[in-house]
Amino acid sequence: MSAVEHRFGQYGGQFVPETLMPALAELEQAWVAARDDPAYRDELNGLLRDFGGRPTPLYRALRLSERVGRAIYLKREDLNHTGSHKLNNALGQALLARRMGKKRVIAETGAGQHGVATATVSALLGLECVIYMGTEDTRRQRPNVQRMELLGASVQPVDAGARTLKEATSAAIRDWVTNVQSTHYVIGSAVGPAPYPAIVRELQRVIGEEARAQILEREGRLPGRVIACVGGGSNAIGTFTAFLEDEQVELIGVEAGGEGIDTARHGAPLTVGGRAGILHGSRSAVMQDEEGQIVEAHSISAGLDYPGAGPQHAYLRDSGRARYEAVTDREALDAFRVLARLEGIIPALETAHALAWTLAQSDGELDLVCLSGRGDKDLAEVLAG
Amino acid sequence: MSASDNGNGGGPVDGVARIAEAFAQTDKRAALMPYLMGGYPTLADSIRIGEACVGAGADVIELGMPYSDPLADGPVIHAAGTEALAAGANVAGVLEVARALAQSVPVVLMCYANMVYAPGAEAFVERLAKTGVSGLIVPDLPLGEGPEVARACVEQGLALVPLVAPTTTPERLAAIGASARGFMYTVSVVGTTGERAELGERFAQVVERAKASTSAPVALGFGISTPEHALQAAQAGADGVIVGTRLVRAAGAASDPADAVGAVVGELAAGLAPAR
Repeated sequence: MSAVEHRFGQYGGQFVPETLMPALAELEQAWVAARDDPAYRDELNGLLRDFGGRPTPLYRALRLSERVGRAIYLKREDLNHTGSHKLNNALGQALLARRMGKKRVIAETGAGQHGVATATVSALLGLECVIYMGTEDTRRQRPNVQRMELLGASVQPVDAGARTLKEATSAAIRDWVTNVQSTHYVIGSAVGPAPYPAIVRELQRVIGEEARAQILEREGRLPGRVIACVGGGSNAIGTFTAFLEDEQVELIGVEAGGEGIDTARHGAPLTVGGRAGILHGSRSAVMQDEEGQIVEAHSISAGLDYPGAGPQHAYLRDSGRARYEAVTDREALDAFRVLARLEGIIPALETAHALAWTLAQSDGELDLVCLSGRGDKDLAEVLAG
Repeated sequence: MSASDNGNGGGPVDGVARIAEAFAQTDKRAALMPYLMGGYPTLADSIRIGEACVGAGADVIELGMPYSDPLADGPVIHAAGTEALAAGANVAGVLEVARALAQSVPVVLMCYANMVYAPGAEAFVERLAKTGVSGLIVPDLPLGEGPEVARACVEQGLALVPLVAPTTTPERLAAIGASARGFMYTVSVVGTTGERAELGERFAQVVERAKASTSAPVALGFGISTPEHALQAAQAGADGVIVGTRLVRAAGAASDPADAVGAVVGELAAGLAPAR
């Protein structure tokens, strides 16, 4: 029995070049040692609190709740330092990199939130930092590129394929294959070869653990539904994990429907289903053609513009414990504006997908939505559209 | 050579034996193993390029299946794969290239895992066997993953060629060495495919370590681009030398890709000619 899950049912695994196998073993060993070391946990928790601002609030959305006629709570990860949940994982992995003696970290980023979080913790810990980002995303998330550079990171534009998150991830993996002895790859979502999906989940589960305690304190009961957006799925798995055993709580992951899941232009592999595939080192739900070529995703939101999803989400879908739904670009944009006008909160376009699904439901009585990030980065894209 | 019958038989082939024969019968210091990207620049060009390689002294052909997300490949082979796909290359087309070339030399297909699994590992490997392919390299299927692929290759008589890297631990090396069929693809550097000015500083040690771990022939690849590199690899004890990016670049730059690649392969073959 492995100390860290390598597989979630038929999903997960380590489909990587042999060159990386020792690094994955080293990472797993370092992670298990760190996880069980009070000194690591204390340092991480201290930084999450004093540097990151945790715990984040659980906010009962006043006018949103009024509008839908039931209580909607927002877990305010947008108030985490750097503006999203990504800091939770980046801090944990950067501390791990330092324990492993790696002085250089690399990361992929789509919306730029994970890139900013990684650049931030690299500044904090004095690590060299290189961020891979597709050129379509450097265009549509310009403010985050500027933030990363200000923080001292080098942003490497990736011009291959659709120039978005998939290619940025591939470029980061190629860098890692080349520089594996000096470099830690801070993967940003609950994807990639084992042990990454489990590590990222463990570093993000603080979201759901806080939220569960907070809602019990406020309402004296658990929510009927827990809703989060899913690109790779790190904020969703981080939110869901605390509720997995609460069988009465429905878990809903909201994917990017793009121009509609009946078109080819979406980013909703879990919702659409079909044959499992291998992408970026693990087997999971993947958008692909008959022969196994990976298909380009599309979403207005750079963070959800990805043809894969974390392997544990595919497992939760198959087991029926969670379900996955898709929301179109247009619906997400509407929800983006609704939250701004009704609550004075500008959400990330990624997060707006989870809100859009929630607002579209007429049933239910107590919803908890992970407000995974703030939307300042998206203003140019939204106002242009 | 009776092995040429394998191309049309339709039943199980003995790819392992055919590859072994190619290593045993080479007239050079080491078997010369050119890599070409299937369907680059076009499928018809691929066949001509492969034939030119054979004419210039190739002992084994490594044929790349173009893939959308080739994580082990550097920019040149990645771009060639993208171009091949854009030009319409697909599995059927690339296997026609394999079938044509397998008439004269053993062909080893390099194909990423998702394409192997797309129709199911058994169906995919059976299709390769029927095409006359002798071996399969899956660069993102390390030891421990994909027992289905290994089983299917045994059933169909294909050599599942494993990769080892300079970073591979002694424990893994021993296990990979024991499982190697056809040959052991020994990666000379820590990195992706691509040309380099010098061989990795530890390449001789990498070859020695690999040879000690397996009874299969050891072929060195990644970063070998000149006759000097090829000779150094052979002198270090490599049984085979794989040259990829250099040839893909030649195919992309020339008005007559087959001629250009054949010329480079000829130089490499001369570099590997035995001392007189």
